Amino acid sequence: MKWVEVIVSFILTLSFLSFPSCGFQSDELLVDDEEFGLEGAPQHRSPEPIPTRSPPVTSPTRKRHSDLDSDSKIQFSLDHAFGDSDFSPAGTFSARLKTWSHGGQTLTKLRFSRNSFSDVEKEKFKNLLESDDFYRIRLPSNVLSPPGRDFIISSVKARCLPRESLDEHFVIHMEGVNVLAVNYGSPGSCPYPRNLKLPAKWSFSSHTVLKNSEQAPRAPVFTEEILGGENAEGEVVQPAERSFWAKYWMYLIPLGLIVMNAITQAMNMPEEQATGQVPAQGQLSAGAVQRGPSSAVRRR
Amino acid sequence: MAIRSFFLFILFFSSSISPVFSLYEDQVGLMDWHQQYIGKVKQAVFSSQRAGRKRVVVSTEENVIASLDLRHGEIFWRHLLGADDVIDGIDIGLGKYVITLSSGGSILRSWNLPDGQMVWESSLQGPKHSKSFLLVPTNLKFDKDNLLVVFSNGRLHAISCIDGEVLWKKDFEAESFEVQQVILPPGSDLIHVVGFAALSQFEMYQINAKNGELLKHESASFSSGFSGQVSLVSTETVVALDSTGSILLTISFQDGKISSQQTPISNLVEDSLGPAVIIPSSVSGIFAIKTDAVTIFIRVIGKGNLEVVEKTTHEIAVSDALSISEDQQAFALIQHASSEIHLTVKLAHDWDGNLLKESVKMDRQRGLVHKVFINNYIRTDRSYGFRVLIVMEDHSLLLLQQGEIVWSREDGLASIIDVTTSELPVERDGVSVAKVEHNLFEWLKGHMLKLKGTLMLASPEDMAAIQSMRLKSSEKSKMTRDHNGFRKLLIVLTRAGKLFALHTGDGRIVWSYLLRSLHKSEACQSPIGLNLYQWQVPHHHAMDENPSVLVVSRCGPSSDTSGVLSFVDTYTGKELSSLSLDHAVVQVIPLPYTDSTEQRLHLLIDADKHAHLYPKTSGALSIFKREFSNIYWYSVEDQNGIIKGHALKCKCTGEVADEFCFDTRDLWSVVFPSESEKTIATVTRKLNEVVHTQAKVVADQDVMYKYISRNLLFVATVAPKGSGEIGSVTPEESWLVAYLIDTVTGRILHRVTHHGSQGPVHAVFSENWVVYHYFNLRAHRYEMSVIEIYDQSRADNKDVWKLVLGKHNLTSPISLFSRPEVITKSQSYFFTHSLKAIAVTSTAKGITSKQLLLGTIGDQVLALDKRFLDPRRTVNPTQLEKEEGIIPLTESLPIIPQSYVTHALRVEGLRGIITVPAKLESTTLVFAHGVDLFFTQLAPSRTYDSLTEDFSYALLLITIVALVAAIFVTWRLSERKELQEKWSFYSAFASQSTFSSLHFSDN
Repeated sequence: MKWVEVIVSFILTLSFLSFPSCGFQSDELLVDDEEFGLEGAPQHRSPEPIPTRSPPVTSPTRKRHSDLDSDSKIQFSLDHAFGDSDFSPAGTFSARLKTWSHGGQTLTKLRFSRNSFSDVEKEKFKNLLESDDFYRIRLPSNVLSPPGRDFIISSVKARCLPRESLDEHFVIHMEGVNVLAVNYGSPGSCPYPRNLKLPAKWSFSSHTVLKNSEQAPRAPVFTEEILGGENAEGEVVQPAERSFWAKYWMYLIPLGLIVMNAITQAMNMPEEQATGQVPAQGQLSAGAVQRGPSSAVRRR
Repeated sequence: MAIRSFFLFILFFSSSISPVFSLYEDQVGLMDWHQQYIGKVKQAVFSSQRAGRKRVVVSTEENVIASLDLRHGEIFWRHLLGADDVIDGIDIGLGKYVITLSSGGSILRSWNLPDGQMVWESSLQGPKHSKSFLLVPTNLKFDKDNLLVVFSNGRLHAISCIDGEVLWKKDFEAESFEVQQVILPPGSDLIHVVGFAALSQFEMYQINAKNGELLKHESASFSSGFSGQVSLVSTETVVALDSTGSILLTISFQDGKISSQQTPISNLVEDSLGPAVIIPSSVSGIFAIKTDAVTIFIRVIGKGNLEVVEKTTHEIAVSDALSISEDQQAFALIQHASSEIHLTVKLAHDWDGNLLKESVKMDRQRGLVHKVFINNYIRTDRSYGFRVLIVMEDHSLLLLQQGEIVWSREDGLASIIDVTTSELPVERDGVSVAKVEHNLFEWLKGHMLKLKGTLMLASPEDMAAIQSMRLKSSEKSKMTRDHNGFRKLLIVLTRAGKLFALHTGDGRIVWSYLLRSLHKSEACQSPIGLNLYQWQVPHHHAMDENPSVLVVSRCGPSSDTSGVLSFVDTYTGKELSSLSLDHAVVQVIPLPYTDSTEQRLHLLIDADKHAHLYPKTSGALSIFKREFSNIYWYSVEDQNGIIKGHALKCKCTGEVADEFCFDTRDLWSVVFPSESEKTIATVTRKLNEVVHTQAKVVADQDVMYKYISRNLLFVATVAPKGSGEIGSVTPEESWLVAYLIDTVTGRILHRVTHHGSQGPVHAVFSENWVVYHYFNLRAHRYEMSVIEIYDQSRADNKDVWKLVLGKHNLTSPISLFSRPEVITKSQSYFFTHSLKAIAVTSTAKGITSKQLLLGTIGDQVLALDKRFLDPRRTVNPTQLEKEEGIIPLTESLPIIPQSYVTHALRVEGLRGIITVPAKLESTTLVFAHGVDLFFTQLAPSRTYDSLTEDFSYALLLITIVALVAAIFVTWRLSERKELQEKWSFYSAFASQSTFSSLHFSDN
């Protein structure tokens, strides 16, 4: 019982701890600062080994590298578009492709180098800001054989980006070497009435995060504890059992009041009779009988 | 005395307060109704038993075989075969077995006719796919055993009628041989199998019925080829059309010799009208061909001489032949004439003489006659009488006899496509108020009876009277809006293209309307209804308008055929208008805006990704322009595994100026890798769902904010290998990934993989949680998971002072372009049943706790409290958590027998569950539909805001009267006592004073 609790809490804390680690240990990557380029977000490894996903059928890297647990460098480009214009190159992602011994391939150490805006692009971006239009980016859906099946598109209202510089935040959802989706936007909030604001610095500060799938929590299995289960249930049920008073106080109080009322009533009756008798005696003695013969009288 | 009566009252009260947890036996039918249907009849066989009840056995397009009472149309018994077990043929063998051939001719079953028990089942395999035929000869014997002849999957079988054993079989393996007819000439031991081979070859096989030996095989080639079906005009002659559809081929194979004759149709009819098709029928000597406008009946005289007997432009339906004596065959013919149908029964060899001619008035809303089945009986005067069973365009089934409709069944309701609701009209002056109050005596009597029932003094007759009174209560079936919102109209669209309005009180059909726009026409070849939307829901400033619904349909099965819109008034059931669109309808997006007449704005997306705004009014356009930049939608491409987000761009740049047409653009896309994921389920929140509170107070006085966004999409994908049947893959190569995607920005808010799991996935999304059901291959059990999503960006708003001083961001507008800070909590549980549908209760204000409604594999609806699917459940909840109502964690979800919403009933072929909020917050209306319909009211947290139906007002009245009486009695008592007290005081005083005065005088 106890140790299950410990394990459950351990798994829970693990999952809770590991979740924010994706969000916060982000691989911030400053364009100008190649040296400090941080590693891609450490891939989330759940406690249990993930079964192999079918590796891509054509993987040129595997042919190139004979050893299994090998790394290779790959690059894929980021394109952008202003409003409905065509896409043009905007930067390059570079990463290490890690091939696992079981055949799966993942990306690590993602770096991003952003091309700075040319004057034409600046002008286009200003237009976007003025018309509150979309700034769109796209990535290939397969990093080994771009563009894969289709491009992954994402867009954001241009007015969300400018702060001091142009702040952008990428969350790239990967599945092996496939890009599923990219969440693109400002790293913070973008309050609704979007105001026109030009950036002070026309350079990008980019943050990128790689995300892989998490494993779902398993359904709880209490098979080891079939015997103990009943006990545990009993334990659980007992404290739930409230005292008689706690359960029925709302009925008992009016009942008590009524009973008390009845008792006082009943107490009063004989008293009344008793008090009625004394004066009756007096009355008798006084000879001032006003009522018909009372029971007390008859009893005499 | 007074005390005792007080105790009695207390007893009364405590007995009437006792809580109601689930349904009692006598409450069945009080708020719920259940209707049984069978679907559109494909084939009908009349039971020719002389004794016993008259019945007809039918097979339907909903894969139902049913035995119906021929006198009233009630169902004696009924079996629903699986969805992929399509019935190919039925017949009655030996007068007591119903034989069915299903699943493309591979399963043959025999059912006991009186009670519908299955007698035997045999599976028939064959070398290749082919047409299937089931023949039950009456006189073919084999060792005292009656034979069934079945042709299926390219193999001819002879099967014993008693036990389903295959006696012999014969393969027809020739690659291109396509069987067209299997003929059993009466009185001989031969079977003729005729068909086409290689498109231009006519083949005839003669087989010995005793042992399956091939006696003869003849073939003849026809250079012109064949098209369509063949019609059998005698046991040795068939008629076919050539590939151009303009020449009739009469082929006879007498004595195993094939001879033929060609007759161009233009020889028979002067003005030939394009290619013709043969209408399948089995009347000997006569066949019918149909061109675009004309139906022609042709008689075959002798060897290949053709003669036109009738030419008609009316819609016509012909029955199969019915032999009424040794050499006489009769058949029925139905012709339409405006609001009537003419039924004629003729003898096969005598076209001009009619055995019977009747006209029956027919409701126009039933459309055309699609099928006719004829049956004969012997009249009281010993002559032959005929009755016919007809299947109408709206899938209803009617029995005609003696020029009248004996009974009718609305079997269109077995195939509901979409459901919506409509309010009833408000009760106005002049509309009579409940008739119940008219007779005070009746009312009192009723309540006295109820009181007797409550006090358990009622006799069985009284109980029956009470029950019938409760069931008949006219209150619930009135045609006006009620205070609690229990009375509504359920508007349902059926596959036949008919709209029905059902009253929620008793399930009766208020009106029905066969959509004119869904009729076949030149422009629209095979119209199909798609969806129903609420078009106009008058409430604020259009109270006098009637509400209306929008029916969206399109002209063909593929999504790029043009669409049709119809608007139907829900009070009268009349079509207000209909629009034939010049564009396709791929997606319909009801917008949350209404124009000045409360017409809801709808955006229709066509195949070229243009968006069209409806209604096409300038008012709507100006409202739409205001919200132009705030409209986003998404589309799911199932085949490619791509989800895309869209927004509006500008006016259409086509050659025709259309200010209601807009160009769109793609904003985002999510591409699932095709080698590892395949989308199998997408679910969003209901548009009209109300969330009462955004915050959730957890045990330690902490607050969590629900992430409530209308733009969340739940997507489930599985490994492509694992998208088949359960058990077709190993746990290692199967997984299920669940996503929560924001449909405005395309952000994946949550993504989680269930390894070793497999679909099918059934999911429901409500408030900030999603519950989904799937199969866990590792545990060999079904599992249900819950994901709850909470907003962290507002988590700081916990300080009361901040709230008081207004320093919070709760009222600021939320933009989805901000980076979301969300956390999710999830948990999984085992669940015993597999599901057919899943829904969640919805109430008017969203205060009442929620219940999940699970359509189980047994066609029942099970209510499961959402509290069982709370990710915060732990094995040992703390005292605080328990007070909050958290249930200790168990590995599987409990199935409490009392919580079956459908109690003892089954909703056969359950397809969908719809919940509608009533006006009363505690109550939700539940409508489950499949082949059957079921409706009930549910109160997930019990009816805390109203007295229950069986509350005894008389008891309350009596209690009040008794209390008033008791007050009087005690008042009198106390007054008397007071008087006595006063007297005693006075007398005591008086005696004392006399005493003292005496004493004084003594002094």
